[in-house]
Amino acid sequence: MVYFILKRIVQSVFVMAAVAFLAFSLFRFVGDPVTQMTGVETSVEDQERLRDELGLNDPFVYQFVRFTHEMVLGDFGFSYRTRQPVANMIADRIPATLELGVVALIISLMVGVPAGVYTALNSRGVMTQTILMTTLVGVSIPTFVIGIMLIFIFGVQLGWLPTFGRGGTVHIGNWQSSLFTIDGWRALLLPAITLGVYQLTLTMRLVRAEMMEVMRSDYIRFGMARGVPMRSLYYKHALKNTLVPVITIVGLQFGGVIAFSIVTESVFQWPGLGLLFLESIRFVDIPVMGVYLVVIAFFFVLVNLVVDLLYVAIDPRLRIRDVHDGLPEKI
Amino acid sequence: MMAFLKKYEGLWLFVHSPAAIIAAAVAMVIIFGAVFASGIALVDPYDLASFSLFDGLLPPVWQEGANPKYLLGTDDQGRDMISSILYGARVSLIIGLSALAIAAFLGVGLGLAAGYYGGRFDIIVMRIADVQLALPAILTALLIDGIARGLLPQSIQQDLRVAVLTLAIAMSLWVNFARTARASTFVEMNKEYVHAAIMMGQRPSRVMFVHILPNVLGPLLVIMTVDLASAILLEATLSFLGIGLPADSPSLGTLIRIGMQFLLSGEWWILWIPTIVLVALVVSINILGDFLRDIFNPRLR
Amino acid sequence: MLSIKGLTVKFPSRFGDFTAIEDVHMTIKPGEIHGLVGESGAGKSTVGAAVIGLLQSPGYVAGGTISLGETDLQSLTFAQAHELRGDRISMIFQDPQTSLNPLMTIEDQLIETIQAHSDVSEATARKQAVDLLEEIGIQDASARIKAYPHQFSGGMRQRVVIALAICTDPDLIIADEPTTALDVAVQSQVLDLIQRLAKERQIAFMLITHDIGVIAQVADRVTVMRNGHVMESGETAQVLGMPKNAYTLSLMRAVPPLDRKIDRFHVPKEDGIASAQGNMAERWLLEGQRHDLTGLSVENLTVAFEGPRTSLFCKPPTYVALNDVSLNIKPGSIMGLVGESGSGKSTLAKVITGLVTPQKGVMNLGGAALPAGKSRSRHHLSRQLVQMVFQDPYSSLNSRHRVGDILAETLWFYGFIKDPTERKNMAASMLSLVGMPLDAISKYPHQFSGGQRQRIAVARALLARPRFLICDEPTSALDVSIQAEILNLLKDLQAKFGLTILFISHNLAVVRQMADDTAVLRNGKIEEVNNTEALYENPQHEYTKSLLAQTPVMPPSWGA
Repeated sequence: MVYFILKRIVQSVFVMAAVAFLAFSLFRFVGDPVTQMTGVETSVEDQERLRDELGLNDPFVYQFVRFTHEMVLGDFGFSYRTRQPVANMIADRIPATLELGVVALIISLMVGVPAGVYTALNSRGVMTQTILMTTLVGVSIPTFVIGIMLIFIFGVQLGWLPTFGRGGTVHIGNWQSSLFTIDGWRALLLPAITLGVYQLTLTMRLVRAEMMEVMRSDYIRFGMARGVPMRSLYYKHALKNTLVPVITIVGLQFGGVIAFSIVTESVFQWPGLGLLFLESIRFVDIPVMGVYLVVIAFFFVLVNLVVDLLYVAIDPRLRIRDVHDGLPEKI
Repeated sequence: MMAFLKKYEGLWLFVHSPAAIIAAAVAMVIIFGAVFASGIALVDPYDLASFSLFDGLLPPVWQEGANPKYLLGTDDQGRDMISSILYGARVSLIIGLSALAIAAFLGVGLGLAAGYYGGRFDIIVMRIADVQLALPAILTALLIDGIARGLLPQSIQQDLRVAVLTLAIAMSLWVNFARTARASTFVEMNKEYVHAAIMMGQRPSRVMFVHILPNVLGPLLVIMTVDLASAILLEATLSFLGIGLPADSPSLGTLIRIGMQFLLSGEWWILWIPTIVLVALVVSINILGDFLRDIFNPRLR
Repeated sequence: MLSIKGLTVKFPSRFGDFTAIEDVHMTIKPGEIHGLVGESGAGKSTVGAAVIGLLQSPGYVAGGTISLGETDLQSLTFAQAHELRGDRISMIFQDPQTSLNPLMTIEDQLIETIQAHSDVSEATARKQAVDLLEEIGIQDASARIKAYPHQFSGGMRQRVVIALAICTDPDLIIADEPTTALDVAVQSQVLDLIQRLAKERQIAFMLITHDIGVIAQVADRVTVMRNGHVMESGETAQVLGMPKNAYTLSLMRAVPPLDRKIDRFHVPKEDGIASAQGNMAERWLLEGQRHDLTGLSVENLTVAFEGPRTSLFCKPPTYVALNDVSLNIKPGSIMGLVGESGSGKSTLAKVITGLVTPQKGVMNLGGAALPAGKSRSRHHLSRQLVQMVFQDPYSSLNSRHRVGDILAETLWFYGFIKDPTERKNMAASMLSLVGMPLDAISKYPHQFSGGQRQRIAVARALLARPRFLICDEPTSALDVSIQAEILNLLKDLQAKFGLTILFISHNLAVVRQMADDTAVLRNGKIEEVNNTEALYENPQHEYTKSLLAQTPVMPPSWGA
């Protein structure tokens, strides 16, 4: 078990290193950092001096190691566009995106898991067919269209909810939160639903497929054959076995939540990381792009490590359902 | 008759699935319209001379003040909505299909090889796939787009937009193919017909493409339809974010972004008609994908 | 006690209703083990599922009555039937690996089942569970009960399954192929346990199996089924010893006896292997026999696989699949290789064919050294001379290729015949040589039964003009009557074309019928090699003796 977790940590470090390398390559090769940092009037000598100060003439590997070292220490460099430390810019934006993402994920799990269980257990009902058709349409509507529709209905036509911004926020230390005011929740509701809908449909379909698979298994049939109460078979035996693969996918979905938060934040002008990233792309603000990548990958890796721990807690066999583990030996 | 039905079970299921028939019909109409856009469309939305501002903001025919010439109305420039949509769908489909082709070629090739050779090669491919997974589709696409902006001079950026966009979408989709192909190949590698072929001394490429590939096509076909839908959505999303195609060669996503300006005014058709077409296209493809999944996985029926 | 009258079960499908079983009659008394035997498609499992009320959807009982004591099982609501399940009827499934919930300890599973049917405290239920496990032969039960299913071996797991089935003290247990997934030693222990439970607890067993040997050993009465109909029913000794029904008789004749060697199996309709169309292929094969009879010897073969890594700091444990194996297969003879699952039988086949590289050892084919594993080039002569017939006819043929293409590929690949039309003709001729209809050539493998596919697989092997044939469990996926046909075919072909064969099987009776010499393999080591008759009549090694003793046998007079 310790080996399993260690292996996962090593893998995570590998992923982080690869992403850091990507960010570094961006910084180093996409555009010239020196011309970006200096104005037109800067002399060639000054540029050279700056180049030397920044260590851009050092060997490549050395530069990468220094880059990574600075990242680990929290020194993320300066934005080309605003000339501010990237670390501060990112830190300001993290709460907005995390609150949005977590609330969206909770919505998707709270609705998706029960709906998946229901449709798996009543696979031929009218209700099930309706839900399935709705979710199929749900995955087919782009997130931004859902956002526009919600704005149109609840913001423009009914005028119930605000259509942009975070509403009233409260500072808790450095954390700017919209979870403690009614106003904040009202502002959060539409973006969170927008972001949650797509994840919800995915979760529901996954839970349904896994649950149906489990319900066909021998141990459920054996449970029926020896008269174990149906409630226990459904919600104790089957659901627990269903959750093992579902947890993995939810971990992977976190990446999706972050990605689609870019779109959601753009539609609702939500001042989070995604909006920052979009701006940085528009202005080719390479340092911000690179750091955004690293931060996102870090969250992703962190969430997946937690998922692995949950996994160990649930499955005594440490069964790895990941496609590239636990496969039988070749031939 | 029975024998015929049993042989073409997929066809039988299709004929008895109204959802699949409607989906196929909708998809066919949109695809047909897109392919023959230049023949059908009233105006060429790329040609500024073929429409005039005087026809601007006309509503669809069933509303008051419409011009019967423009069935679904016109936008603020006076472009016929139908024409814009047909051309837009064409751009969306071209980008979606080319991205899909690149992703499938790359992903299936790598996945098959990873499953066949296993060992170190497999580990390398799968770790790259892991990193790719940590950077979700939209992110990858945005990133590649951003890199292209940084690397390419302004002048050729516009010309290369479609290529960059296609590549960006393809890069974010290949992992799906690779993982599925690899997992299926692993399953096939334990089957005796593969052992038989290897034992005979057949070349690895022959074993992979002549023997294994036809047996793993089913799940790949499902991924292909689902990913075509994703590719179209992704393109629309990128265009909506203003990072995809510019307004002078609009895709469906660009049309929706333009229409957003009219969200608060009365000209609803400029926003909602392209939206409906996009959603209808993607829903149809997804329904067909679901249908294929059912065919290839008879236990779920 | 259990009484089934006129039971008919149908499965509606879009091609009309499919009748799985029709007009089945059966009675089982308390303490009786009632065997239900038949080949695949006989509907025996459907009978069991109908009795316990768990027919796979959309199957339904279309007629007849099932009553248990005074209770008419058909008239119960779902809730009532579910109450009765476990309480009065229970079931044992085939595969102990998948019958237990992997995420719950067996303690939780036992206690839950006991409490579902009797109003006892958890402590009492736990005590009952521990006592039961001890009774069933699990040592140190009070500690072992805390374990998860994966921590038990296959045989122990099947005991846990049986404990779960009887923990509520049911009157009837339906055992659906309870020993099919088990090795012979474990099988005999589980069968003993079933017999003991029937006697001591007066539990009635419906023992569903395809294995007539198992029935002969433990069943008091037997019902023979075929295609959903009861063929014959009665006392085991009477039904199997003096069958009245023609089908039962042919079934009994197809069962290979363990205690004697018979020349040929008696099969009802023999497809002559030398039909007119087959002549061409036969001539072609005989003409290709430039090489003499080709023997094979292996010396000191050792194969070790790396096990899964369990710790970062220790090396992963190695699993020795073959341990210093030496074997000499005489030219033109059949060498039988027997052993339980995991003994390394298939690994040996893979080493010979070059799929697995041994750590140590040398091989010699027909007097020339045979390079091992990766060092054998793709064009090495042995790739043609050594061919293989695999265990699973459902996976050994590429399901996406037509039969004609599968066969012609061999001819094309070895460069025997350049012209595509001639290749097709030769393939067709070979098909008829192995007793297949000619139209098979344009069909796909899934359009054939298992036995027919195995014939196609044999045809594919022959088209390489092999001198040495490896048959890896070639009949273990087949019904016993089909097995007899395939074994006859292999015998005929071996005699006609002078093939040397390595015949691998877990079934000792089959090997006795086929092999000139027999080797016994256990845990990767050869325990005994001898002339087949000598080995079966007078086994030297303890392990061979116990294998022979634990294999279910029928009285010699049956099936003769």
